[in-house]
Amino acid sequence: MPVDIDAAVIGNTRLSEDYSVLALAAPEIATAARPGQFVMLKTSRGMDPLLRRPFSIFEVLRHSDGSPRGITILNKRIGTGTGLLYEMEAGARVQCLGPLGVPFEPAEAPAHAWMVAGGVGLAPFVTLAEALIARGTPLTLFYGARRAVDLHCADIFERLEVPIVFSTEDGSRGSRGFITVPLEARLSALTSSGKSSDDVRLYVCGPTPMMRAVADVAARHSRRCDVSLEQVMGCGMGGCYSCVVPARDATGAPHHTRSCIDGPVFDASRIVWDALAH
Amino acid sequence: MDLSVSIGSLRIPNPLIAASGCFGYGVEYADAVDLSSLGGVAVKGLFLAAREGHAPPRIVETPSGMLNAIGLQGIGVHRFIEEKLPELRERKAIVFVNICGTTIDEYVELARILSDAEGVHAIELNISCPNIKEGGITFGCSLPGTHAVVSAVRRVTPLPLIPKLTPNVTDVASFARAAEDAGADAVSLVNTFLAMAIDVETRRPRLTNIVGGLSGPAIRPIAVRMVYECRQAVKLPIIGMGGIATAEDVLEFMIAGATAVQVGTANFVDPFIWTKLLDGLQSYMHRHSIERLSDLTGAIDTTKRHKAWISS
Repeated sequence: MPVDIDAAVIGNTRLSEDYSVLALAAPEIATAARPGQFVMLKTSRGMDPLLRRPFSIFEVLRHSDGSPRGITILNKRIGTGTGLLYEMEAGARVQCLGPLGVPFEPAEAPAHAWMVAGGVGLAPFVTLAEALIARGTPLTLFYGARRAVDLHCADIFERLEVPIVFSTEDGSRGSRGFITVPLEARLSALTSSGKSSDDVRLYVCGPTPMMRAVADVAARHSRRCDVSLEQVMGCGMGGCYSCVVPARDATGAPHHTRSCIDGPVFDASRIVWDALAH
Repeated sequence: MDLSVSIGSLRIPNPLIAASGCFGYGVEYADAVDLSSLGGVAVKGLFLAAREGHAPPRIVETPSGMLNAIGLQGIGVHRFIEEKLPELRERKAIVFVNICGTTIDEYVELARILSDAEGVHAIELNISCPNIKEGGITFGCSLPGTHAVVSAVRRVTPLPLIPKLTPNVTDVASFARAAEDAGADAVSLVNTFLAMAIDVETRRPRLTNIVGGLSGPAIRPIAVRMVYECRQAVKLPIIGMGGIATAEDVLEFMIAGATAVQVGTANFVDPFIWTKLLDGLQSYMHRHSIERLSDLTGAIDTTKRHKAWISS
């Protein structure tokens, strides 16, 4: 069950002119959170903006004794609400509702987990990486962005000793082009090796066209692929029906499906990509 | 202190009802909110058949408000009765079922089916959704249409019957009167205001449906005025709504003439709003030595105004 906390801002680390990592004191949410879940943040105390904004839980913060202290979110300034969050200073307070949504299901060894992140789509993968490491599941991060300077927070994964494959559109770090290029090369090598012990499960979060491209690659190689979708969201609780995505049910029939309570994590093969990524 | 109010034959423990379209089917909130503590749950508008609604974007935020054009996505009345109503019964929710049709026969059929279902406490007649062309808005924007659909449904249901009125008419009070003449037990108002928003960079409408319904605190003063006007025009209980976000807002609607209220958009912002509203109502009653909250309905005092200072 989600809780709503009037969370104090612990800190707000600006990574660039657009990105910041906002830390919130929210021990109850930090305790209950599972990988891939999100919170709804009220970005102002008043009526403008009125609605909350959804954010993946980026990191779980802990006290020195290991007990959960709070969470961080990876914020990209794109509008009024995210702009207010970017400007926030320690000591400010933010209404924080969560944890919400269907979490990632961490793969179990001997399967490998490959996390594929595009830009701010990195957000749900720190908690997933920690869950995978705790299970002893081998994992790799594929991390793509426009330019090297847009590849924020890779150091978190380096500290966790997660192998990282980079790509940038301008070639300034890792391979040049989209992240699907090195991803497909690795998958092809694995598929041709034919070793059944090398099963791979993919987890994807990023811009919709990128998620579609990764879902296509996964389908070509018959690999399970979970995507974390984000739509314009009104309530996060299933009340408003604004955040729907086109997803197939068990019979294969497509329906407008709420990404807040039936997602944000979906099996990519359920998504009608022609509709979502038109 | 007595917070209960009566909507026709239906007595509810307090005047706070979750507004249709803003609370799913109620079950989505059942773990977070004690549904039995609410005055009622108005479930998302139901047609006979399931509907998928419009493609996103379905909402856009505007100053102190939001536009929506969901398009009445819903599971249809039969699946509602099979899949949602049992849990609502178990949770002891007071259930207002909001029904939508394209013809009078459809409304009648829906009312018949729901009158036989255990755990339905009232029918809210949606003749006011601004977002679908073929829907009941055609009834809701015509006085003879309103009268015809209300009287047809009245003949087939003993349940409290509550037409939900649109504000997108010249004189909403005349529609309240038509509903009263046709045998309604109450009216609820207002549904959303037809509105639109445009992205000037792309010159595209912000909603796929181009237009949508405006809700939230931005519309509250207009809704209060409309409740006040209806109070002068009819004797029926009025369920007021439009941008309620605080206990003061609830009281404002009641003093203007509402017997009960619905809360919609504010529930999106704060799903735990209900206990805060109840606390606020109780504290007001304590402060003003009010024993029965229902005594406030229509208690507006228009006598203590300045006489004209300067005659023209």
